[in-house]
Amino acid sequence: MFEIVSKRELAPNIVEMKVHAPRVAESAKPGQFIIVRTDRFGERIPLTICDYDPSEGTVTIVTQSIGLSSHKINDMNVGEAFADFAGPLGRPSDLLDLPSDVLKGKKILFVAGGVGTAPVYPQVKWLKEQGVEADVVIGAKTKDLFTYVDEMRSVGNVYLCTDDGSEGFHGMVTGLMKDLIDNQGKEYDHCVIIGPMIMMKFAALTTKEYGIPTVVSLNALMVDGTGMCGACRVTVDGETRFTCVEGPEFDGHKVDFDEAMRRQNMYRDNKKTHPETENCKCNG
Amino acid sequence: MANRIPRVPVREQDPAERATNFEEVCFGYDAEEAKLEASRCLNCKKPRCVESCPVHVDIPGFISKVAAGEFREAAMVIANDSSLPSVCGRVCPQESQCEGSCVLGVKFEPVAIGKLERFVGDWAIENHDAIPAPQIERNGKRVAVIGSGPAGLACASDLSKLGYDVTVFEALHEYGGVLVYGIPEFRLPKERIVAKEVEAVRNLGVHFEKDVIVGHTMTVDDLLDHEGFDAVFVGSGAGLPRFMGIEGENLNGVFSANEYLTRANLMHAYDSHYDTPIYQGRKVVVVGGGNVAMDAVRTAKRLGADAVIVYRRSEAELPARVEEVHHAKQEGIEFRMLTNPVRVLGDESGKVRGLECVEMELGEPDESGRRSPKAKEGSNFTIDCDVVIMALGTSPNPLIKSTTKGLETNRRGCIVADEEGRTSREGVFAGGDAVTGAATVILAMGAGRKAAKAIDEYLQGK
Repeated sequence: MFEIVSKRELAPNIVEMKVHAPRVAESAKPGQFIIVRTDRFGERIPLTICDYDPSEGTVTIVTQSIGLSSHKINDMNVGEAFADFAGPLGRPSDLLDLPSDVLKGKKILFVAGGVGTAPVYPQVKWLKEQGVEADVVIGAKTKDLFTYVDEMRSVGNVYLCTDDGSEGFHGMVTGLMKDLIDNQGKEYDHCVIIGPMIMMKFAALTTKEYGIPTVVSLNALMVDGTGMCGACRVTVDGETRFTCVEGPEFDGHKVDFDEAMRRQNMYRDNKKTHPETENCKCNG
Repeated sequence: MANRIPRVPVREQDPAERATNFEEVCFGYDAEEAKLEASRCLNCKKPRCVESCPVHVDIPGFISKVAAGEFREAAMVIANDSSLPSVCGRVCPQESQCEGSCVLGVKFEPVAIGKLERFVGDWAIENHDAIPAPQIERNGKRVAVIGSGPAGLACASDLSKLGYDVTVFEALHEYGGVLVYGIPEFRLPKERIVAKEVEAVRNLGVHFEKDVIVGHTMTVDDLLDHEGFDAVFVGSGAGLPRFMGIEGENLNGVFSANEYLTRANLMHAYDSHYDTPIYQGRKVVVVGGGNVAMDAVRTAKRLGADAVIVYRRSEAELPARVEEVHHAKQEGIEFRMLTNPVRVLGDESGKVRGLECVEMELGEPDESGRRSPKAKEGSNFTIDCDVVIMALGTSPNPLIKSTTKGLETNRRGCIVADEEGRTSREGVFAGGDAVTGAATVILAMGAGRKAAKAIDEYLQGK
């Protein structure tokens, strides 16, 4: 069993948990994800790894309560244990494959939105450990919804923006990205975007205008997370790819975001049904 | 010939009723029926049934015990060669193996070997106290088994009986592999049968660890170099689903059979107590003709849909077990043979609204010996539907290959292993679908047993 060793609320409905999972902590790398299941009735839910500590044997996850399963995850408390915590899954960030001299010359921009901020952290932290300081744009609707800002500041140069102007740049991440490049003399040759699908779509369109190679981390629907089911199919450059084994990171300029968003909502209006009631003939 | 008793029919749930529930279709024999059926066996001197069984169960041996009412002894005869009798009695293609070579079948109906094996397996589960746990002396050597499907369970059982300290690593959260995620409850009950047979393997002293994805959580090299295992058996199956590569396959409402069945079986999506959803269709078309296609289409039917099989060859070529096709027809599944999809049609919101197909005709036999289907030009037509399920077979997951040094694979991504399961890497053995590509439960078990023997020889020599 995988015990929750710490829990804190980062923002309304956004909860961080450290989970005791020594085997996962030992093997985890930035960019990978895990599958968590609360109990025997629970769904298998993929979550991007937000931090890991092999010496403690813990892995950190951040979950936003949206549907049934994310609420069930966030309702669990310290001392309780997840039924399953499997990983690390997916491919690590491509940045890990670069020779260190190439990496050191990189000017990297991270763009994070909503609950996508925490998964950016292990990548920025890893870069800092390699001697590379990256810029990080974090966007939120309003200042109360920011998460992981202090953590991020300890490892990178943080730029904030809010839709309502309550903190930092007044506007969306795309506006701040343009401001940094057009008005603040920033130059980038690599961009990593993690956040809601719609934000990744428009942020990737922005980097395309500037010709900056861009990676996005997709949060597709999954069941097993090991390549077995194909629920996480996504079209990249006209080809079908499996997010769980070939991703979760893909070329942001080649992902078919409209299809990805449509597939993410597959079960929205297809409610869970039960054959015994569904097929009941008692109404004639 | 004295054998005038006809084959004892097996009781089944009424087709109209069972098409609306997930309870097991076949009730199996009771003790009296089993004894009567067992009495039909001629106890041949050279039993062809044993030869054609991939794990060589002593079939006349256990059947004679059943006929005598000695069920405990019958269970012990089977246990010498198979650790999964309740599973195999239900899912083996008996018609092309043991029963297919039964001498009685030449003139009459063959002995119902599968149903008798099932009876004995189920009796052993219900009376597990009656069967003494074997006293096994441990030899101090450790073997890691990757995957808890039929190959892994068979290999682990045999090795544990030989005294090895065996740990089975499973990527998912339940043990049994395809027995849990692939084969539906109505054909193979999970708690009552699969979990109990896994428990029996555990009682042989085998350790189990779930949520370990070898290749990610640990590598084969980690197991050998850091975790202290002396040998590794890879029985990771063939889990990657195939798609056709036609237009519209990523529309909402198109699924691999693996996904659809995993939701229903492993995740219990048909049961309202469980959280995982399953896509509810009005009319479901399943593409394919194997056991997996039959499982998917009958699951869709039970979830309330009109369900159709589309298969590009004719009925004679259907690779599914005869019993599954028969059951599917009884349950009202529509079969459209010599039909092949060319594209999936979607509505403006990206949901499936139909499947465009062509009619096929059979030409000359191809390399598999089956007549190869060819499209009739201009025969395109559309089947209205809102769900399309692709049951086109699977291929091995490349994860272990790509993370294990010196492990050879072939063009199809299958691990290269000899008849005894030895791979190109010393100390690493493999068997089942990971080596052969998608095949049957019993063939995987046979491969697991052979590999266990080879691992024993290898470790004896070390």
